[in-house]
Amino acid sequence: MSQAADAGAVVPARRTSKRWNQRTLAPWLFLAPGLFMFTVYVLWPIVQSITLSFYDWNGLYNADGDFTGTFVGARNYAELMTDPAFETSLWNNLKWLVLYMAALPIGLFIAIFLNQTVRGIRLYKSLFFFPFVISQVVVGLIFAWFYAPNFGLFYLLTETITGKGTAILANPDLVTYGIIAAGLWPQIAYVVILYLTGLNNVAPDQIEAARLDGAKGWRMLWYVVLPQLRPATFIAVIVTVIGALRSFDLVSIMTSGGPFGSSRVLSYYMYEMALGEFGFRMGYGAAIAVVLFAIMMIFISGFIWKMWRDETER
Amino acid sequence: MVHKKAGALAVMAALLMSTSAMAQDKRVVTWNADYDPIPLAAAEALIADFEAANPEIDVQLTNFDHEAYKNAIRNFLTADPPDLANWYAANRMRPFVEAGLFADISDVWANNGLMESLASSVPSSTIDGKQYAIPYTYYQWGIYYNRDAYAAAGVEVPGPEGVNWETFLANCEKFKAASIDCVTTGSSALWPVAGIFDYVSLRTNGYQFHSDLAAGKISWTSPEARAVFENLGKLQPFVTENHAAIDWQDAAAIFVQGKAANYVMGNFAVGVFKEGGMTNDNLGFMVFPEITPGIARAEEAPTDTIHLTSGAKNPDDAKAFLAYMASPEAQTKWNAAVGQLPTNKNATVDPADPFLTAGFQALSTATGGIAQFWDRDADAEYAKAGMEGFQRFLVQPEALEEILAQLEATRTRLFPQ
Repeated sequence: MSQAADAGAVVPARRTSKRWNQRTLAPWLFLAPGLFMFTVYVLWPIVQSITLSFYDWNGLYNADGDFTGTFVGARNYAELMTDPAFETSLWNNLKWLVLYMAALPIGLFIAIFLNQTVRGIRLYKSLFFFPFVISQVVVGLIFAWFYAPNFGLFYLLTETITGKGTAILANPDLVTYGIIAAGLWPQIAYVVILYLTGLNNVAPDQIEAARLDGAKGWRMLWYVVLPQLRPATFIAVIVTVIGALRSFDLVSIMTSGGPFGSSRVLSYYMYEMALGEFGFRMGYGAAIAVVLFAIMMIFISGFIWKMWRDETER
Repeated sequence: MVHKKAGALAVMAALLMSTSAMAQDKRVVTWNADYDPIPLAAAEALIADFEAANPEIDVQLTNFDHEAYKNAIRNFLTADPPDLANWYAANRMRPFVEAGLFADISDVWANNGLMESLASSVPSSTIDGKQYAIPYTYYQWGIYYNRDAYAAAGVEVPGPEGVNWETFLANCEKFKAASIDCVTTGSSALWPVAGIFDYVSLRTNGYQFHSDLAAGKISWTSPEARAVFENLGKLQPFVTENHAAIDWQDAAAIFVQGKAANYVMGNFAVGVFKEGGMTNDNLGFMVFPEITPGIARAEEAPTDTIHLTSGAKNPDDAKAFLAYMASPEAQTKWNAAVGQLPTNKNATVDPADPFLTAGFQALSTATGGIAQFWDRDADAEYAKAGMEGFQRFLVQPEALEEILAQLEATRTRLFPQ
């Protein structure tokens, strides 16, 4: 914007209407495809979901193609307030959010450990990246077998140690932690990648200078390296928060929300209610989606606000 | 049960099949189905027979993957309705009937004497006094037992008429002493526990109770409902531990290996047991034990159905095909190929298959009535809440009061008094 104003100031005489059109139209023209997609595939569905959350609808149109839902006002939301399954999902999402943050220090530690030049480091690095590359579904299956009663490695391990095997996925108190552990595996790898690229950009002269001043160990990490890793940390926090809130694949693959709904998270509960075999309550599912959206919005607006501030300060 | 099928090549097969017959001068009947390869082949054979008898009609079957079908049907019934569509009886078809997407076919029932020949399926095909479905197959549920496990624990093998509840529980003690699970199940998909609950419920209070409970007419805190949970509680210590983390095929492996003696299951599981190496010599079937003496015995037999859609382009020929699917000849042939039971009482089953014979016997003598299954008799949301409660009770029997209170809260919300 400011550029356009500058150009106008330099050559005011040539500021014809044609040129003005070019300068104002061109960015919009280039933005148009993206805006179109964003409106059709992001904004419009959000509006639709919010509208739908005020209806009671089983997803069917009648033979004439008419919508068969009925308007119920805020009743879906009122029901959410007293729904124990929704409460469980909310708590589980919170557990995900808090425990997923463990990916940051662990990822940083592994990244620093891998950030050295020894023979075969590429191989070690790629082994650490591996869980990030494979599909979440595969991760879920691997961990489901790891936890499986009677033949799973974890079950046999606990059986040898305590004399009685623990089937994590059958235990309503442990199941969510079991799934989060599975989710952390690829998430840590993701954070490692982010931090490794960040570590490449750490200025060697500052490290040198700090070393001359006698900094090492924790002090070096805390006062010299970490401040330079701030952009990487910022991105890592974002992807981890979003990863925790949108956790769905692992829950679906490993437990389908069970046993008796104790490992549900909001996104899975939404799916169950709207599209699951016993669901097809589109309005109620939409209401859950709106709540999840609102929670995400808190974080997303925070991130956008921070990015906006950084951009404008520059 | 709907969950047993998981077709992979079915869609491919259907594409090949449906493009092969494209005669212009014939009247076309379209049929959307969700068959696995074996039932699909059986259905194709029926179509061939029907077309031979009615050369002017061309039945075109489009097959869907079983899981995808559950979502697809909601779209195609409105967007591009075929003439015929597969679905399930009782409450499962209710949303489609109420949205006016399935057509009333009472005339097909009346004109072909189906009220009489399909007598056992009339209630599950009827909504508000009109028939909306042609039931063509069902299968019994009951207790499958491993004779080797009985021998290993030194327990006397029950006969086909089964044992009574006290003997069954006493046997369970013996199995426990021999480190064998008396009853196994894998409930990660929830529905298998509904089979156990339904049977305890049917045997404790009878068919009418089951039906009223599924319809939300009975309080979960009523003495009758508590009696069901009390009996279920007697069984609870003998059910495979950690069943909530495994699916029914995993439990079938435990059963086949002789680590479990009894499995409350539907007849579709026989194929899995036999693939696991069991034979007619060591696999047995009995009806679920009698609990309250004198209650008319009711059984579970989920029914698969075909429906005429409201948007059908050729309803007359579609009805002719429906009448054919209801006939004893068609049902005998299809069910013989698939290994299930025909709903037409004039149809016959293969006398060489002990499980089909036993099932046919069990169902035809079930004077108490034929239940569909918890998840088909109850409204979908209610069914799910119920199954979660049953599963939780089998894991945490001490949480009974909480479970009942939660189920009761769901009931009063879904069925305002």
